[in-house]
Amino acid sequence: MKTTKKTSYKHFLIAYAVPIMFITLSIFTIPLSGFSPEYLIQEMIIRLARNSFLVLALLIPIIAGMGLNFGMVLGAMAGQIGLILITDWNIVGIPGMVLAMIISIPLSTFLGWIAGHILNRAKGREMVTSYILGFFVNGIYQFIVLYMMGKAIPIGNPALVLSRGYGIRNAINLEGIRQTLDNLILLKIGKVQIPVATFILISAFCLFIIWFRKTKLGQDMRAVGQDMEVAEAAGIPVNRTRIISMIISTVLAGFGQIIFLQNIGTLNTYNSHDQTGMYSIAALLIGGATVSHATIPNIFLGVVLFHLMFVTSPMAGKNLIGSAMLGEYFRLFISYGIIAISLVLYAWRRQKEKERARMDLRGNT
Amino acid sequence: MQTPNVKVMDKNAVLLRCEHISKSFYDNRVLDDINFELREGEILGLVGENGAGKSTLMKILFGMSVIAQTGGYEGTVYVGDKPVKFDSPFEALEEGIGMVHQEFSLIPGFTATENILLNREVTHHNFLVEAFGERLSTLNMPEMIERGDKALNTLGVAISPQMLIAEMPIGHKQFTEIAREVDRQNTKIIILDEPTAVLTETEADVLLSSLKKLAEKGIGIIFISHRLQEILEVADRIIVLRDGNLVKEVDAAHADVIKIAEWMVGRKMDASAFADKDVNTNPEVLLEVKNLWVDMPGETVRDVSFEVHRGEILGIGGLAGQGKIGIPNGIMGLFPAGGIVKFRDEVVPLNNPRQVLNLGMAFVSEDRRGVGLLLEETLDWNISFTAVQVKEWYVKKYLGGLIKWRDDAAIRQLTSEYIKTFDIKCLGGHQLAQELSGGNQQKVCLAKAFALKPELLFVSEPTRGIDVGAKKLVLDTIRNSNRERGMTIVMTSSELEELRSVCDRIMIVDEGRVAGILPATAPSTEFGLLMLGTGETDRREGEIHNGKVKTK
Repeated sequence: MKTTKKTSYKHFLIAYAVPIMFITLSIFTIPLSGFSPEYLIQEMIIRLARNSFLVLALLIPIIAGMGLNFGMVLGAMAGQIGLILITDWNIVGIPGMVLAMIISIPLSTFLGWIAGHILNRAKGREMVTSYILGFFVNGIYQFIVLYMMGKAIPIGNPALVLSRGYGIRNAINLEGIRQTLDNLILLKIGKVQIPVATFILISAFCLFIIWFRKTKLGQDMRAVGQDMEVAEAAGIPVNRTRIISMIISTVLAGFGQIIFLQNIGTLNTYNSHDQTGMYSIAALLIGGATVSHATIPNIFLGVVLFHLMFVTSPMAGKNLIGSAMLGEYFRLFISYGIIAISLVLYAWRRQKEKERARMDLRGNT
Repeated sequence: MQTPNVKVMDKNAVLLRCEHISKSFYDNRVLDDINFELREGEILGLVGENGAGKSTLMKILFGMSVIAQTGGYEGTVYVGDKPVKFDSPFEALEEGIGMVHQEFSLIPGFTATENILLNREVTHHNFLVEAFGERLSTLNMPEMIERGDKALNTLGVAISPQMLIAEMPIGHKQFTEIAREVDRQNTKIIILDEPTAVLTETEADVLLSSLKKLAEKGIGIIFISHRLQEILEVADRIIVLRDGNLVKEVDAAHADVIKIAEWMVGRKMDASAFADKDVNTNPEVLLEVKNLWVDMPGETVRDVSFEVHRGEILGIGGLAGQGKIGIPNGIMGLFPAGGIVKFRDEVVPLNNPRQVLNLGMAFVSEDRRGVGLLLEETLDWNISFTAVQVKEWYVKKYLGGLIKWRDDAAIRQLTSEYIKTFDIKCLGGHQLAQELSGGNQQKVCLAKAFALKPELLFVSEPTRGIDVGAKKLVLDTIRNSNRERGMTIVMTSSELEELRSVCDRIMIVDEGRVAGILPATAPSTEFGLLMLGTGETDRREGEIHNGKVKTK
């Protein structure tokens, strides 16, 4: 197939429509917000360290063709249960974080296994199913945290428990592990601080993904992701492979949430996980990923662009119209809007590609 | 032109032997006492019309689950001397039988190598394997590429093992698929189901020579094709199936295209049911089609031009998948199409079903349950639906057309009329369409089209899946509406004899193009040759020489 310069240029524009849109928007909002460059760079570095791991957790289900895993909130909840327990047991610092992760692993594995089984029964509708599954598991999480903890699950620390004697308080101070990972190795360049240890962890995980793609399991996932029937006919255990991908994603989302919250320093028991899936997915899509294709650069580009918008738009709104609320509204609007636009663009692009693939079967008219 | 492809094979070991293979789908016997054997290094050509039983036979050999699900088969298959009975394709692969399907089973985003070695990858061991199992071993890409390259080289084609399937021309995909079977160490037998159907002539030539190379290595090949020249060129022996029987087994040296075509279609002619018919001679052109292409998956029409005369029944025939079904679907606007279509000298807008219906054409789809009927609605609605929607007949209008009300009384009357004239077996107009038998459903589809009072009616596969008695009724209905009401009809069917019994002229479509138009009275071997792409053109150019045809 011949591609002229013009069509490849057009192809590029279509493929990167979303990131291009966001870069253009940022060009306007950055000067309007009036933030100094140092401040913005510092913010971006903090947010990269805070969010990248969560977004990385989305990669493996995309490879396995299961789309954007809205079910990652399951992992986030498992991570939070780990954090509540270590806070109660007063285990601080890096050992506390590691222990929280260890506690989250069996929970996430179990939740991921259930999610995988359910999604295998909803092939082709994974995204909406996992989204609703998130709400359902949220109910179970609330039951455990609000009623079981303090009763069936002993919680010793009265600062954690509601005054009625059971159930966890709305906000938990995570001072025991607050920014322990970020401050483990802290590099200062001018006024800008870089949490080196967190980035080492993130890079290690990127290397893991690169290595994983080269394993037999990774190859099987790619095959399953592209064509389940062909993979099945070649003897690849399709359902099992999909379940494994969900388990990996859920466990990693649990780790991601723990890293996220150690940076924030407080846990909103009943809300922290709410937006995790939505914001991570929005960031990934803004980075130029699609439902079926995502790369590591997509993640970092996406996190930077999404949060640049996040940080600058309230101030830009305030400076422009005199109301920070408008900017606040705007950033919620864009994070949902971007998911909708990306999904529509993706469907439209698929249609175009299908047509293009069949072009040579058509006549010259 | 002659190729010395007749080898003395008798000394070679028998790879595969079929004894008394029979298979029925419920009451329908599709294979009856088939016996043949395949020897080492032999290429066996398998030919037969659609429905002759070729694919059923191959499904048995490859252990497809559909066979077991429909009650298994009779007779015995031997691989070597060992009797086998496969429950799944994996068992067939174990025994060294590989199959290349008509549809590609390749992963588009993978390279040739990755596809050839799909789920048989070469891997490195690492420490994680001890903890988590084999699937965490890493791929040994260099060695995989080497093996992929080797398999492709065996076929004698220059394809880069690192090329993505999505970027390959269609021929390369076919080779990749064959290379996958070649790479299996234990492959002894390869079955190819119409491998050249999607290839250009040069690609097909390369494929044929690679098959010969494989055969020289001792692999037995069963080669199914509708292109008889290819069969003659490449096969050592040919077996011909017709209506589930093995009617002929012959050395390729002793066959030629015409003989094979006769064996394939040669059924006793009952001199057509309407032998006394008066042929339509009205030369007025009602529909003119020029350079039509239709993008209908599986029935692609590439470039078709023809004319339909007022008052005639034009048949469109051809083998399955060659594009005959695509023609009416394209003209009626159900699939993306291009070209020029003129109806009564008026240009018909394509890709716009509503306009086409308004112009006075109607369509009885081959997809009865999908497109043809509203299965969960009553017969009343089914028969009147298009007329109400398109023509706004059987509609009461109030306030100058602002409010439109369905005229149920008129609809009931219309339905009972058609139930009577078509003899539709039902409890009345209030019955649901899904409760009727196939034949009666087909009559409802016809009634729905007739209710539009079209000038031109397209009927696709009107007798598919209905029993013999109902077939005759449906065909009579079509014929009568033409002869008595003067409706012009274009009828598409896979059954040649059916077309010959009803139509005035028959157009044969092959590879998305018109192979020829003949009067229905022409002998059926003529049609058979057109269908097999070896029609008049070849003979006119005198290229059939001693049974060997080469199209270059």
